[in-house]
Amino acid sequence: MRALSDFTVQTQKRRQMFDKAFLARQRFKRRALVFAVYGFLVLVSLPIIVGYTWLLLSSFSKGFVYGIVPQTLTLDNWRFLWERPAPYYPELWSITWNTFLLAIGMTITMVIVSTPTAYAISRLKFPGRQSFLALTLVLHAFPGITLLIAVYYVLGYLGLLNSVTGVFLVKAALFMPLGIWVMKGFFDGIPWDVEMSALVDGASRFQAMYKIMIPQVMPGIAAISIFSFIYGWAEYIFVVTFIQDKSRWTLASYVNSVIGDFLMLDYGLLAATAAFYVIPVMLFFLFTQKHLMRVTVGGIKGGR
Amino acid sequence: MSARMRTTILMILAPALILTLVFYVIPSVLTVAMSFTDMRHTLRWNYIGWGNFENITHDPLLPGILRNTLVYSFATVAVSVLFGLTLALATSFVSERVGTFYRAIWLLPRFTPPVVYAVIWLWILDPTRTGILNGAWLAMGGQRPVNWIAEYPMLVIVVVNGFIGVSIGMIIFYSAIRSIPTEYIWASQVDGASWPRQVRHIILPLIRWPLLFVTAYNTLSLFTSYEYILLVTGGGPFFRSTVWALYAYNQAFGGYYAQYEFGYGAALSLVLVVIGAVAAAFYWRVFGFNRMLGEPKIEVD
Repeated sequence: MRALSDFTVQTQKRRQMFDKAFLARQRFKRRALVFAVYGFLVLVSLPIIVGYTWLLLSSFSKGFVYGIVPQTLTLDNWRFLWERPAPYYPELWSITWNTFLLAIGMTITMVIVSTPTAYAISRLKFPGRQSFLALTLVLHAFPGITLLIAVYYVLGYLGLLNSVTGVFLVKAALFMPLGIWVMKGFFDGIPWDVEMSALVDGASRFQAMYKIMIPQVMPGIAAISIFSFIYGWAEYIFVVTFIQDKSRWTLASYVNSVIGDFLMLDYGLLAATAAFYVIPVMLFFLFTQKHLMRVTVGGIKGGR
Repeated sequence: MSARMRTTILMILAPALILTLVFYVIPSVLTVAMSFTDMRHTLRWNYIGWGNFENITHDPLLPGILRNTLVYSFATVAVSVLFGLTLALATSFVSERVGTFYRAIWLLPRFTPPVVYAVIWLWILDPTRTGILNGAWLAMGGQRPVNWIAEYPMLVIVVVNGFIGVSIGMIIFYSAIRSIPTEYIWASQVDGASWPRQVRHIILPLIRWPLLFVTAYNTLSLFTSYEYILLVTGGGPFFRSTVWALYAYNQAFGGYYAQYEFGYGAALSLVLVVIGAVAAAFYWRVFGFNRMLGEPKIEVD
């Protein structure tokens, strides 16, 4: 009897010791894992952090030690704000205005095209609804950029070459399928009782849409507006392909031209013009990004 | 359905239909038509039959370009999906605040205008000792600065595009991981599963659908994308990083050696259009898009 209980006590002790060692090992493993994950995140994000830091630092400094530590601080790189980098450059502020027009034009087009369309396919039954919905899905998967050469011809025919309008219409057409699907998701999310009660109370379909539905999908409209503005502001390939006239340039063509003329010669100027182009959109993104995370596309939440 | 209702619906759909017609349907038809002409910058239609397609089969540059396209697409997809997945797992493992911070950092390249993103890379890869990469290389005992773009053009375009591609995967995978019921994770924790095992046996099997989708979607968009290649390497040195889509673009609008070969460019694009259309049909079937076409909520007759 006694021997047995001794044995039990011993095993219990041993188990406790084992458990302690086991738990400690587990804790150590967990800590090592956390450490490794943090280390990984910091390490792989380094190129991005270094790159954007350089962009800002470099725009305010002259000469670098080890490629990254600035020697002297200066505002000289920002001289393009009041004088042209070279005589053949267009005036900066009108170029900035063009860029803004492109972004805002794309935003307005996206909102006025996708909202009513999404409402119709979410709420109304009409012949061809299925095929229309199918069409937007296929268009979303379809690589519109491959049609660039033919689109150039179409814009030429419509007299929209060398114009910001042409660029934002093309860009909006490419993003339209996404906009329609995002908005459809928001319309689908409104309980149909809400709209039904408006209809029962004697509102027409149009009144129900503008008075009841639109206010409910404002987060969706906000999301596609933010996306459209950012992508319109950033557009490069259509701008440099469709707009040659210097007075119609956007900041994309401007910075592109600075790359062509000053690469390796004046990184300060290059960084300053690039920073001038990117800072507004970064601030815009920073202040609006909380609206973007509410987007739902086909059951998947998140950006793009 | 009343005639009035029909007009209303048509009016609602008109803007989307017009945009589709003008910027998808007509350009698709035009691409086919143009590919049978030798149209140049004068935009004159001159029918030449299968000439452009015969040129495609004889073009001595195309085998190399095709190889570049395949290497570029698959390597970039592999990098962005694997990296996107790793980042999604890592940022869902650490605290909410830290995770959000790093996801925001990885979204930066996507929201940066391509030109600005290119400026950053052109500086990183600068062939003199000004660039950070050469700075690091020389500090680590390198003998002389390396011209990275000229030496490793394909590696450069894969990395440059990879940093962009990561964000889609990261966001989609992260949301998918977040939508896994926490009961599963708790249950496995009670059973003593470590995090790597949870990833292997719970998370990965549950997000395989988004994984597949992101892979397919990225592959197709990479087949036809060339914006960042155009900006960073310009397809060079001597076509060594030129992909099919960039070659087609350069035939028509190419920078310093502008050729304005609209006909040949259209024929080259047509190949991509066909691939794109087939891939779109493929998504349709594999990802069960039909299920997304449910009936509307309120019926009006």
